[in-house]
Amino acid sequence: MKVHEYQAKKILRDYGVRVPAGCACFSVAEAVRAAETIGGDRWVIKAQIHAGGRGKGGGVRLAASIEEVATHAGDILGMQLVTHQTGPRGQKVERLLVEQGIDIKAEFYVGLVVDRASQKVAMMVSAEGGTEIEEVAQVTPERVCQFTVEPGKELGAADALQLAQYIGLEQGSARNASTILQQLYRAFWEMDATLAEINPLVLTNDGQVIALDAKINFDDNALFRHPEVLQMRDLAEEDPNEITAANAGLSYIALDGNIGCLVNGAGLAMATMDIIKLYGGEPANFLDVGGGATTEQVTEAFKIMLKNPNLEAILVNIFGGIMRCDVVAEGLVQAAKVVKLGVPLVVRLEGTNVELGRQILQDSNLDMITASTMADAAELAVTAAGA
Amino acid sequence: MAILIDESSRIVTQGITGKTGQFHTRNCLAYAHGRAVFVAGVTPGKGGQVFEGIPIFDTVAQARAETGANVSVIYVPPAFAAAAIDEAVEAAIETIICITEGVPVKDMILSRQRMKGSGSVLIGPNCPGVITPDVVKIGIMPGYIHQQGPIGVVSRSGTLTYEIVDQLSKLGLGQSTCVGIGGDPVGGLKHLEVMKLFNNDPQTEGVVLCGEIGGMDEETCADWIGQHLKKPVAAFIAGSTAPAGKRMGHAGAIIAGGKGTAEDKIRALEAAGVAVTRNPARIGEAMRAALG
Repeated sequence: MKVHEYQAKKILRDYGVRVPAGCACFSVAEAVRAAETIGGDRWVIKAQIHAGGRGKGGGVRLAASIEEVATHAGDILGMQLVTHQTGPRGQKVERLLVEQGIDIKAEFYVGLVVDRASQKVAMMVSAEGGTEIEEVAQVTPERVCQFTVEPGKELGAADALQLAQYIGLEQGSARNASTILQQLYRAFWEMDATLAEINPLVLTNDGQVIALDAKINFDDNALFRHPEVLQMRDLAEEDPNEITAANAGLSYIALDGNIGCLVNGAGLAMATMDIIKLYGGEPANFLDVGGGATTEQVTEAFKIMLKNPNLEAILVNIFGGIMRCDVVAEGLVQAAKVVKLGVPLVVRLEGTNVELGRQILQDSNLDMITASTMADAAELAVTAAGA
Repeated sequence: MAILIDESSRIVTQGITGKTGQFHTRNCLAYAHGRAVFVAGVTPGKGGQVFEGIPIFDTVAQARAETGANVSVIYVPPAFAAAAIDEAVEAAIETIICITEGVPVKDMILSRQRMKGSGSVLIGPNCPGVITPDVVKIGIMPGYIHQQGPIGVVSRSGTLTYEIVDQLSKLGLGQSTCVGIGGDPVGGLKHLEVMKLFNNDPQTEGVVLCGEIGGMDEETCADWIGQHLKKPVAAFIAGSTAPAGKRMGHAGAIIAGGKGTAEDKIRALEAAGVAVTRNPARIGEAMRAALG
């Protein structure tokens, strides 16, 4: 699960990490009031959306007067912010973060991830802050220092200090930064995060070290023990179809193509997308019905796919294991009766009770194309979508 | 011969009285030597009861002491799965197969740390299990699609593995052992370790490797295959069409920071001499061709 920058900063602040004075705002009036409360003579107005690259898209602006705060807040609120992570449609800005302006002397990168190879949490630091860290890691990996922490232990003071010194900090600033690194690690570990980034961590002209930006992703599987994080969920940031799907026990992701897929199992669902592409088509979605595929789930899956105006065909690929093909076939028939499909439906069933399942589809007299292999199914779906 | 499990395995089922545990235990009992190899169940507080003729114990240690169980399969809910793994490790269970989906990654990091230095091997979590066809089935896969034979299968997926096994069986290519290693970012055996076991197994003459986007495990395994493996390998990597940054169902199936793409994995495997097919309907045929 993702949260907004201001929410991530609230969590970090609770762990002692220094962040700029700031306030989340939902209107221009609130932004003005926040700037007045924060005081000073410079403020930063930051669009709060989950995607990165906000600055380049015009979602982060500097204000040198209260009037400018109002102007920028008015411009950013409600804008459709397009960044390299939002896709061409962009994301509507409904929340702002108004912060005090900070004098920046130097910028650094700090990231935490679950390192799959070592099965530990890895901290990465680099003196190349503020930029695209993926690029730095690829082009000049020697400029990124990675350190893995022993599970169940804290990030030690000596290790934290070494990391701070690696990015070029000295004396008091290095000590400040090392404390922040320790606090950040503790926050990551205790809150069941899967990814955290401070980009940039900045050194101010007076030697302070501050987290100027913050991004934290949380482990969906651990949210049951973090109700406070779950409360931070912003449904406006999520695809409404993905939410509807999740509520029905389906895993759905919209894609750009025109052939909808309904599959049981994540691996087989990806493979079905791949084979559609291999046969010259484009998948319209990833959709995993999981191990159940009840009539209700299949009906819901059809409804979600049909909301896509680009949809030209639907391919159902089910490998019945524990889930029997006859039960799936009944579900398909019932769902197809309830939902007016309006596009060709290609069905491929294999596995447990497949003969019975195919018989049920045949006897239903529903307008559908049946296929016996994945390859046939893909070919038929591609042809049907192009017809 | 086979790998990991055979007719000498003595299996304890953790979470045997839950709905999932009951359902799959019945299916596993009905498969091949099931009645002989499933010897114990564990549900805290239900020690002394019996399920389908299998004695239930309060702890894994008791189950081991009373029945000689050396393999465990876990169906407990996600919040308790890591503790169940830890308990099996402490009871010196040799092979632990965790079916449970949705285990917090931090729990697994800690559990893997605690396992270090123990003699236990973990498979999963979030996996379909392991089957040695016509001998023993441990997990949730449909048994009847399998046939005994010379092909090892190692895969991160569930139903995609069934699809592959079905293709193999229909071509007359039976399987030595099929290992579902699971779709989570932190877990037990990886492709590489299973590949080493297949390399040493005389029954296994060829291996199907099925991977998916996310992580670097397939690349690591490819390096080793290129240098050491003496048997032909056919492979498929799911997720060529998956967009970056989106989790494709499995917690571990995500292209992050530009790493873990299907193309990277395919390139690494091809460089190691693996017969990679981009067509998931032709994996069985790719294996047959690779056998020569």
